[in-house]
Amino acid sequence: MPEIKELVKDLADKHGRNRESLLPILQGIVTEERFISDVAMTEVARELDMSAALVYGTATFYSFLDTKPRGKFVIRVCKTITCDMKGKKQIVKTLEELLKIKVGETTKDKNFTLLETNCLGWCHKGPAMLINDEVFTELDEDKVTEIIDDYMRNI
Amino acid sequence: MPNTKLKRVDIIFSEDCVYKDVLADNLKKSNEDILKDILDSGLRGRGGAGFPTGLKWKFTSQETEEEKYVVCNADEGEPGTFKDREILTRVPLKVFGGMAICAKVIGAKHGYVYLRGEYQFLKADLEKALEEFHSFVKELGFDFQIHILMGSGAYICGEESALFESMEGKRGEPRNKPPYPTISGFRNKPTVINNVETLVYAFMICRIGAGKFHELGTTDSRGSKVFSISGDTPIAGIYELELGMSLEDFVEEFGDGDTKAVQVGGASGFCVPRKKFKDTIIGFEGVPTGGSMMLFNSSRSMYNVLKNYVEFFEEESCGQCTPCRVGCQQLKKGIEAIKKGEKSAHYLDTLQKLADTMKVSSKCGLGQSVANSFSSIVDNFREEMIY
Ligand SMILES: Cc1cc2nc3c(=O)[nH]c(=O)nc-3n(C[C@H](O)[C@H](O)[C@H](O)COP(=O)(O)O)c2cc1C
Ligand code: SF4
Ligand code: FES
Repeated sequence: MPEIKELVKDLADKHGRNRESLLPILQGIVTEERFISDVAMTEVARELDMSAALVYGTATFYSFLDTKPRGKFVIRVCKTITCDMKGKKQIVKTLEELLKIKVGETTKDKNFTLLETNCLGWCHKGPAMLINDEVFTELDEDKVTEIIDDYMRNI
Repeated sequence: MPNTKLKRVDIIFSEDCVYKDVLADNLKKSNEDILKDILDSGLRGRGGAGFPTGLKWKFTSQETEEEKYVVCNADEGEPGTFKDREILTRVPLKVFGGMAICAKVIGAKHGYVYLRGEYQFLKADLEKALEEFHSFVKELGFDFQIHILMGSGAYICGEESALFESMEGKRGEPRNKPPYPTISGFRNKPTVINNVETLVYAFMICRIGAGKFHELGTTDSRGSKVFSISGDTPIAGIYELELGMSLEDFVEEFGDGDTKAVQVGGASGFCVPRKKFKDTIIGFEGVPTGGSMMLFNSSRSMYNVLKNYVEFFEEESCGQCTPCRVGCQQLKKGIEAIKKGEKSAHYLDTLQKLADTMKVSSKCGLGQSVANSFSSIVDNFREEMIY
């Protein structure tokens, strides 16, 4: 996979090649690829001259550093208490119906992954969700449908 | 606002502050004068633990190491807390200003903002503000640089020593304490780590004087605090209020008329039932909070609330020590089994003992504080756990 090699090299050029560069590099891979493959982890280990186990150990600690294949758009719905009280379950149901997948799954066309996450820091405007880095708050069925339609149209 | 017993305060977001003047003036003052102001103000950390900020700065300033750091904790992961996001959005220069004054006092040349991954969208604006900040400190001839580091979705990284591990590119697993960060923090160098809000208060105390801050609040809880208010309230949002209010007055103003309980301090805080509103003071002498206030009305099942918290801890536990890792799993299994009738109600007492054990035997604040919400909810809403 020459592209991964290129990407890791570029990221290492930018962030450095020591232990402290590891997290920014892994974050950079996720931004580009949405997840960190085994190949990518091995490549990072080689580029930074550290053991692959160290890279793996760090990567798997963080919930946003996915090590499983993810869609182009990763949706994370907040499941913590205030969003839950304000109707998070209905939001997840609507998303499941729109995307025809369950929480934890990725659409066949690899465009969307649906996940749940903990408090996003928008509790006064719940339910809230992230799509990649973008925040959406005060969700209801109509709003979610509109948002997903928008994303689908722009793919 | 209607007639109210709570005193609104406008320090954090106040427009009446030219950050450049405040910074320029304070960088000229002696370290002793600044430390005296911060100490006299009575400011205590706003990230949860409430350690006196002036002492933290003083201890770090006394260390003789060359390299020292100031770190702004912007990991804000406690359920129900969203004030740091608002502060960083509206007054980032005051946050940087607080870091710069701290850096001068302790003798640091580098500062770091550790921003949670969920707030990635803030980064571009923060970097723009940083540019302005850097060119200004350069103008002043002050050698100080701030860097922004991102988290990646791990609540435990808000714990200071886990945060340092994460900054060093490792798994966010808390360290043993002591040594404390003032002696051995980031890169094992003396480090001041403060919450976003603490840094802005420190900055504003340098502007308005220790007295103005000190006259607010109570003996144990000086000043004001930014509250994140959510749940069953018609006016959810962010409010800066004087410390030391009674929960009864708080509920009168923010409740929906049917408040049955308030969770003070997030999932790791305490649940206060209606009958105790009157006797509960919000502050370090009563029930402390990093800002999270979640209101529940009588339509809510406290079992669901507790289950949500326990699941939160189970997922966010770093797994490093057994009492916390296994304890969280067992608490969750246990309350589910009682609810389903697979275990008798007495089993709740066993679970309470487990929570107490976690409090004394867990390695860090996460595992130690699970018992706060667990016991306060189980004690006050026992029937709801069973039926
Ligand atoms: C599990 C856990 C999570 C924490 N999360 C945060 C956080 O998100 N933000 C924060 O400022 N402090 C957090 N803290 C407290 C920090 O460890 C530390 O006490 C604080 O940053 C010190 O700053 P202060 O003195 O200004 O409050 C957390 C503590 C624990 C145990
Ligand atoms: S108490 Fe929990 S979060 Fe803290 S070190 Fe132990 S396992 Fe990790
Ligand atoms: S509970 Fe959902 S954003 Fe805080």
